[in-house]
Amino acid sequence: MTTITSAKKPSQPPRWLGQRFRSLGESLTPGQLAATGRQMLLPLIGILVFVGFWHLAAPQVDTSLGSFPGPAQVWEQSGQLWQEHVNQRERADKFIAMQEERNARILADNPEAEVRIRNYPGAPTFPDQILTSLVTVLAGFIVATAIAVPLGIVVGLNRHFQAAVNPLIQVFKPVSPLAWLPLVTMVVSATYVSDDPMFEKSFLTSMITVTLCSLWPTLINTSVGVAAVNPDLLNVSRVLRLSFWTHVRKVVLPSSVPMIFTGLRVSLGIAWMVLIAAEMLAQSPGLGKFVWDEFQNGSSQSLSRIMVAVLAIGFIGFVLDRVMLLIQRRVAWNE
Amino acid sequence: MSKTHLELTGVEMAFDTPKGPFVALDNINLKIQKGEFVSLIGHSGCGKSTVLNIVAGLLQATKGGCVLDGHEVNSPGPERAVVFQNHALMPWLTVYENVELAVQQVFRKSMGKQERRDWIHHNLELVNMAHAADKRPGEVSGGMAQRVGIARALAMKPSVLLMDEPFGALDALTRAHLQDSLMEIQQELNNTVIMITHDVDEAVLLSDRIIMMTNGPEATVGEDLYIDLPRPRNRVTLADNPEYVHYRQEVLRFLYEKQRKLEHISPRRSGKPEASEGEQPKARAARA
Repeated sequence: MTTITSAKKPSQPPRWLGQRFRSLGESLTPGQLAATGRQMLLPLIGILVFVGFWHLAAPQVDTSLGSFPGPAQVWEQSGQLWQEHVNQRERADKFIAMQEERNARILADNPEAEVRIRNYPGAPTFPDQILTSLVTVLAGFIVATAIAVPLGIVVGLNRHFQAAVNPLIQVFKPVSPLAWLPLVTMVVSATYVSDDPMFEKSFLTSMITVTLCSLWPTLINTSVGVAAVNPDLLNVSRVLRLSFWTHVRKVVLPSSVPMIFTGLRVSLGIAWMVLIAAEMLAQSPGLGKFVWDEFQNGSSQSLSRIMVAVLAIGFIGFVLDRVMLLIQRRVAWNE
Repeated sequence: MSKTHLELTGVEMAFDTPKGPFVALDNINLKIQKGEFVSLIGHSGCGKSTVLNIVAGLLQATKGGCVLDGHEVNSPGPERAVVFQNHALMPWLTVYENVELAVQQVFRKSMGKQERRDWIHHNLELVNMAHAADKRPGEVSGGMAQRVGIARALAMKPSVLLMDEPFGALDALTRAHLQDSLMEIQQELNNTVIMITHDVDEAVLLSDRIIMMTNGPEATVGEDLYIDLPRPRNRVTLADNPEYVHYRQEVLRFLYEKQRKLEHISPRRSGKPEASEGEQPKARAARA
């Protein structure tokens, strides 16, 4: 009977890990190594050709801020941006240390005194803006998922409900974030009034805009996945007289996980694109604001710095999608 | 004879179509005893699956009804377990977990944890699938998955086992193998079985009784043939058995002389138009 016990749920993660390790081990054979090499080579060639073309073409394009930045300038500026970040951190550390020292002194003189602890007032650096954007996009995406998946299940399960909700989905799905933004801004400033706010208003505005724009693909894919459960499996569920919750948990949800994840990946991609646009327009902190500020700044390095941001945005979007793919492989049964 | 176990009385099944009601089944009357192995045979579209779905409770007859052990059937339930044509296992659960889902649901209260585990294992052994307990349905062959489908149905301890062309999607050798397994299991457990088939040899080999259905629409029971061959039956020795050959001919005569489907032979469109429509409501019934 022990073999059966081990067949049950607790043994599953190790089994999955085992497969992972095995596949890692297998990839080390010479033949597969060569195959991996070939797999790496072609993308590398593609990137090199692109960089070469960029290098040659960029100086030909003249703008009022000088010629378009080539790869070399962009590389230099990315180093520069990092250096600024490091410097800023040092200053911030000094500021905090001085403040603590001063406060300690005041407290030593008069233990009753009220000391003020202030945050470092310096402007956020490029990495800070990336972090802000990532936090905002994830918050917006999580809220969108929390709304879209349950709603999608209900819509997929009930034909009448679907007929009622479908026109709304179709109308709101194509709305651009830029159209939502003013409304969201006004509603947030009118309703989110608090002396000690947990979140910045700008954060809420960006996040809600992201949520509004990114929940549709998940909602639609979830409802389609739920409605497309194999009718034989539905009959099995009926023969077994599964309760509604067990039916949803054991049959409907697992069956639609692949579709749900397809929707989630599209949603996350949209969320990331929408966020940058929203930040630019609303001037809320994040990568979008960084791009806009540099544009307004109009120094000779601005274009290079914007190009750094463009590449960073693209790369982060790529990484986000990869992470979702990894989660999907971990969760979905058909992978 | 013993008391009637399952009884269908005056069953009529009509489907709503844009062109008005389509009567698939008309006045089906059937009495089945406990432990009987009954095959339903007929041309495709004659409503065999509809009969099975009515007994399963997946469909509601528009007239008449079905009574099992004195209780009217009006919803599906595990006491009428169904084996589907394409195994219908949950692809995300292992073989063990698929059977477990059924056992958990049916015997949650009446069996302890260990008892349930033993019972799942017992049923997997019955169909010779204990070795693949940890595999997913996608990792085993179609024949193996169908065995698990049978194990899942048997694990519900059904009073009637309903099988909808259980071996239809399998290759000939696997099918023969599974038929033999099914005969052994049936010998051991003495279940009441209703099986749909359009394989004449399968029907004669496995059944105590073959119900032959007329062509739809308004299909009904055409002939009711008792197969009085001793068990255990062996397909090889039976092949020359004059009684077996006689039964076989009887069914073939019904299917290909009395209930010949015209549109297969005659050129397109000159056949009976109603007969070709028979497919549609059946497909709908399966989806319902």
